[in-house]
Amino acid sequence: MSTESHDEFRSLDDVGPRLPPPVKPTGDRAPVVIVDDVHVEYKVFATGKRPSAADRKSLKLRGRGKQMRTVHALKGVSFTAKQNDSIGIIGTNGSGKSTLMRAIAGLTPTSSGAIYSQSRPSLLGVGAALLKDLSGERNVILGGLAMGFTMEEIEERYDEVVSFAGIEKFIDLPMRAYSSGMTARLKFAIASMATHEILIVDEALAVGDRKFRQRSEARIRDIRDNAGTVFLVSHSMQSIKDTCSRVIWLDQGTLIMDGDPDEVIREYHKAQDK
Amino acid sequence: MTIADDAARAGLTKVGGRPPLREYVTEVWNRRVFIYSLARFKIESENQQNSLGMFWVILKPLLNALVYGAVFGVLIGPGGRPPHFVEFLIIGIFVFEFFSQSWTAGGKAITSSSALVQSLAFPRMVLPLAAVVERFLKFLPTVAIMLVFLIVTGNPISWHWLLIIPAIALFFVFTCGLVLVTARLCVHWRDLNNFLPFITRFFFYTTGIFFSIEERFGPKPPSAAHPDGLPGHPWLVTLTDYQPVHEFLSLVRSALLDGPTYETNSAYWLYATLWTVLLFSFGVWFFWRAEERYGRVD
Repeated sequence: MSTESHDEFRSLDDVGPRLPPPVKPTGDRAPVVIVDDVHVEYKVFATGKRPSAADRKSLKLRGRGKQMRTVHALKGVSFTAKQNDSIGIIGTNGSGKSTLMRAIAGLTPTSSGAIYSQSRPSLLGVGAALLKDLSGERNVILGGLAMGFTMEEIEERYDEVVSFAGIEKFIDLPMRAYSSGMTARLKFAIASMATHEILIVDEALAVGDRKFRQRSEARIRDIRDNAGTVFLVSHSMQSIKDTCSRVIWLDQGTLIMDGDPDEVIREYHKAQDK
Repeated sequence: MTIADDAARAGLTKVGGRPPLREYVTEVWNRRVFIYSLARFKIESENQQNSLGMFWVILKPLLNALVYGAVFGVLIGPGGRPPHFVEFLIIGIFVFEFFSQSWTAGGKAITSSSALVQSLAFPRMVLPLAAVVERFLKFLPTVAIMLVFLIVTGNPISWHWLLIIPAIALFFVFTCGLVLVTARLCVHWRDLNNFLPFITRFFFYTTGIFFSIEERFGPKPPSAAHPDGLPGHPWLVTLTDYQPVHEFLSLVRSALLDGPTYETNSAYWLYATLWTVLLFSFGVWFFWRAEERYGRVD
């Protein structure tokens, strides 16, 4: 828990120190995901800053109000994930972790560079419920149908999903009545209905309670052991150490370090404490 | 040797690329139960919190017809009114309601369900289609009301009524095509969402829901005031011959109502079918072209 406080209060201008080059994973396993020099830029409407006196004079901010701003979220990230890898992604808030995960899942297009993968990665992220006005039961059915299951297949798996999420008592309530932990649990349970070759878990487990965390971490290890590849974004160094065989450290959209969990986490903490 | 070659050799494919059109359409077709369930569950949840519940599915169009009937039947005097005016009005309003609601809801189908789009991978075309299906499911009971109303007001039941089935089916597919085009445009340019109600309203007032275009702008027979008759505005009538919504409305009306005003214009079947086939194929292609863009947050 103490590690989280570092992330919150770190200044964004503080560029992390350059550390030793990434450690290449050994062994002759097939590559599953190749991330090749990926840049992601967002164009967003900014509401316009309050202009300073100098700006006002220079007439630069004449059209103050809505302006297009470009956010450079990823600046050339490259790595290769291999079979049976479970990769932890660490970094401060705003370092580009989620953007990278969304790019790997194909939800955010890259501005340049490319990502290749063996099958379509599934992303499990925090965020709103699937359809919050519908009951948990309906969401299980719709989620299953969306992933391409038939009604019969969903019926077969239904009980398992509900008991994995541990929300038997609330399954007939609309999801807007769920707590954020319950929502996350149900989302994870729905997504783990399908067997994923590549699963990306973006802080989705952080809101769950201890019991659920243990269950989902066990599920992640299962996936990894069945020749799958797992990406785990987390601020909890403990769950990263428990589940990951490799850690990638991002800072301000650049890959700082890639290698053995203990080593990377140690360096990360060192940089945080500076 | 580039990384792309390496990736290809290892059997990896580029993430975020869209599947070929044929494969994509098959995937959407395989999700048909999803489309239907999504539509049905949404209707249920929408009405769950009302004390009248599912009754609203019938009540809403009835109230609608009542309001328009009062305004155009009583308050505003006759002008361009065909015989069987009340039936004419009810059919027009019910059918148009389906069209305009599908259009506005389907147009924002992608932008309004971003949570779903960003958490699960499925062909996004499912969402606008589900929005149209949802409106279509709501429309079906109103068709039943429409028929009951026609029987009550003394219109003879005939085999001819069956023609509404192909007409409505065509209209459904046509609307799907239009909604697919609009849904993609709304992703590129959100402001379109705000324009849609005005566009549908424009269609509402120009399509001949509460007046007959042919009666209002067509040539008039000789009368006391104008012994030679009036030429009307033939170009306007010709123009509306090619207006798809007008075509569909006329087809449904001519299937259900008797009388010289409601002769089937067989050319309309051809035009309407052409519109439907062209717009739907274009819509599917146009929507698919931007498939990889829909999950984007910016």
